[in-house]
Amino acid sequence: MSGDLVNLLADLKDKEVLELVEQRLDADEDPLKILEDSRKGMEVVGKRFADDEYFLPELVFSGDLLKRVTEMVKPHLKQAVETKRIGKVVIGTVSGDIHDIGLNIVIFMLDVNGFEVYNLGVDVPADAFVNKMKETGAPILGLSGFLTPAFEAMKETVEAVEAAGMRDKVKIMIGGGQLDEDVRKYARADAYGKNAMAAVALAKGWIGAK
Amino acid sequence: MNMEKKWADLSWEEKREERFKTWLTPEVTFSSPEAEKLYKERVTRFIRAFQVEKPDRVPCILPAGNFAAYYAGADLRTVMYDYDELKRTWRKFLYEFGDSDMFFGPGMVPPGKALEAVDFKLYKWPGHGISGNTTSYQCVEGEYMKADEYDALIKDPTNFWLRIYMPRVFGAFEPLRYIPPFTTIEEIAIMSFVPYGRPDVQAAFEALLEAGRESMKWMSAVMEVSQEAMGLGFPGVMGGLSKAPFDTLGDTLRGTRAIMMDMFQRPDKLLEALEKIALLTIDSTISSVGDAGMPMVIMPLHKGADGFMSEKQYETFYWPTFKKVIMALVNEGIMPILFAEGSYNTRLDIIKELPKTSVAWWLDQTDMAKAKEVLGDNVCLIGNVPTSLLMTGTPQEIKEHCRKLIELCAPGGGYVLSGGANIDKGNPDNLRAMMEAVKEYGVY
Repeated sequence: MSGDLVNLLADLKDKEVLELVEQRLDADEDPLKILEDSRKGMEVVGKRFADDEYFLPELVFSGDLLKRVTEMVKPHLKQAVETKRIGKVVIGTVSGDIHDIGLNIVIFMLDVNGFEVYNLGVDVPADAFVNKMKETGAPILGLSGFLTPAFEAMKETVEAVEAAGMRDKVKIMIGGGQLDEDVRKYARADAYGKNAMAAVALAKGWIGAK
Repeated sequence: MNMEKKWADLSWEEKREERFKTWLTPEVTFSSPEAEKLYKERVTRFIRAFQVEKPDRVPCILPAGNFAAYYAGADLRTVMYDYDELKRTWRKFLYEFGDSDMFFGPGMVPPGKALEAVDFKLYKWPGHGISGNTTSYQCVEGEYMKADEYDALIKDPTNFWLRIYMPRVFGAFEPLRYIPPFTTIEEIAIMSFVPYGRPDVQAAFEALLEAGRESMKWMSAVMEVSQEAMGLGFPGVMGGLSKAPFDTLGDTLRGTRAIMMDMFQRPDKLLEALEKIALLTIDSTISSVGDAGMPMVIMPLHKGADGFMSEKQYETFYWPTFKKVIMALVNEGIMPILFAEGSYNTRLDIIKELPKTSVAWWLDQTDMAKAKEVLGDNVCLIGNVPTSLLMTGTPQEIKEHCRKLIELCAPGGGYVLSGGANIDKGNPDNLRAMMEAVKEYGVY
């Protein structure tokens, strides 16, 4: 039965998913088990996205479905859920840029791959990134940007990390719209990721995860 | 009347030829016979490339966006608010840049005061929602049309726009929701004008009038510079803008997230609304081009790019109404320039069905070798020096990149060198390197 929920969620069968969750809650099943299955289902969604089987619409739809499942399960939880996380990433769209479609895809993929993601949103000033890095002790910083003003803002953000004396302790990856390896060199970041899968691979590589 | 009938009887190729003739002979006073000669050479160069023929050499569209503002030491914020500065900066670039096949007038710099007069909320611009030194204006993603408003849009788009959409995206138009549909005005108008007496409605109209006055000042500055450039022999290449219906609905009505949910939750309504928007787009684009001297309409494409959706989703939701708009414009003799932001590698086999020479594809990050192979015999390709290289590279690196692009795309004709997207700032010699490249490597 637990396998069903994983597959139904991965296949985006929303009605069946919600019905099954309701049945399992009615049967007094451990709500944590339901959440664990949902997480596994989302992992499959992430894998299908990486394999070009799913695209943005499927990510959006599955994310919404997971939210509905979580809302149903929440009242039944007796303790707070603690998910094991493999590493921390601070992420956001740099100053002067308010785009977040790509940012949200990367966050989604990092999340389903086990990372604790601190999302600072869009138009994030350099010092806000620095402060969050200090506060969380995250070893990885992800900078997103869609437009050309992001080139300069990324450079300034990397410089702010340097000025804070943290540069040798953190790895910085960049990605989005008009960015590429040339911009990485310009901004002096550690890596450019072409897509969300690249971001996951980079982050995993840096923390030594498989 | 006779003329109109004649126009309707022409084939699309004949209509386009007529429009190209108008482009070749603009109503403008040239600064010298030499300028006129150069203008005609340049336009002819583009026409040949668009028709997938060999011009004298590969033409170049400089991806100069708002470059002039920064080149002349100002910034976007300043030229959005100060039209004298707008004219000064664009003129400085016009007179100092040197040889170029075309010129982008300042028509894409919006009038800041007009947007403020109506409290425009859909966009942020430098000093208005984002930092004053930002080089671009940006759309604020949102659900400006709710999921249960599809029927309202489909049933009566004008009413939906006036009473639901506009009050949401313009703070000053909030009171427009009190205005009854104009179709309620019939018989002797006894009650019809009462809503217009409300102080808040009157204030909304005042704001509208103010935006109109401001826009006229802006327009006159834009026209002055654009006409001057043409008089000096530099043609424009953009007669208007248009969009794919899926982008219209997904960018500024439903928003990206919501339209993607709609693909699962209400696909039929989505398709019906896209058909409706296609008709609106066709009408508004054709009328905006009008008899204008430039028959090219640029369509910036967003949410159909690689990665945004599957091929099947593209064929179901994006392509049918996009194609409908393209073909309606083509049938009016208009030349759609389809500007595919991001990459379009997985779409090439779908889009290749468009008739020979009907459109030009301006490609941002698409693999040009593949594009040339799949589309190159049929339609003109434009692109695609990477924006990052143009902004961070040296003139030598850019020239070399252009050489490779020209060698790849120019054979057989039907190629225009350009950037992947516009740049706003940087070394002007990087743009000059593009002109050097077409002259050195692009001669047929």
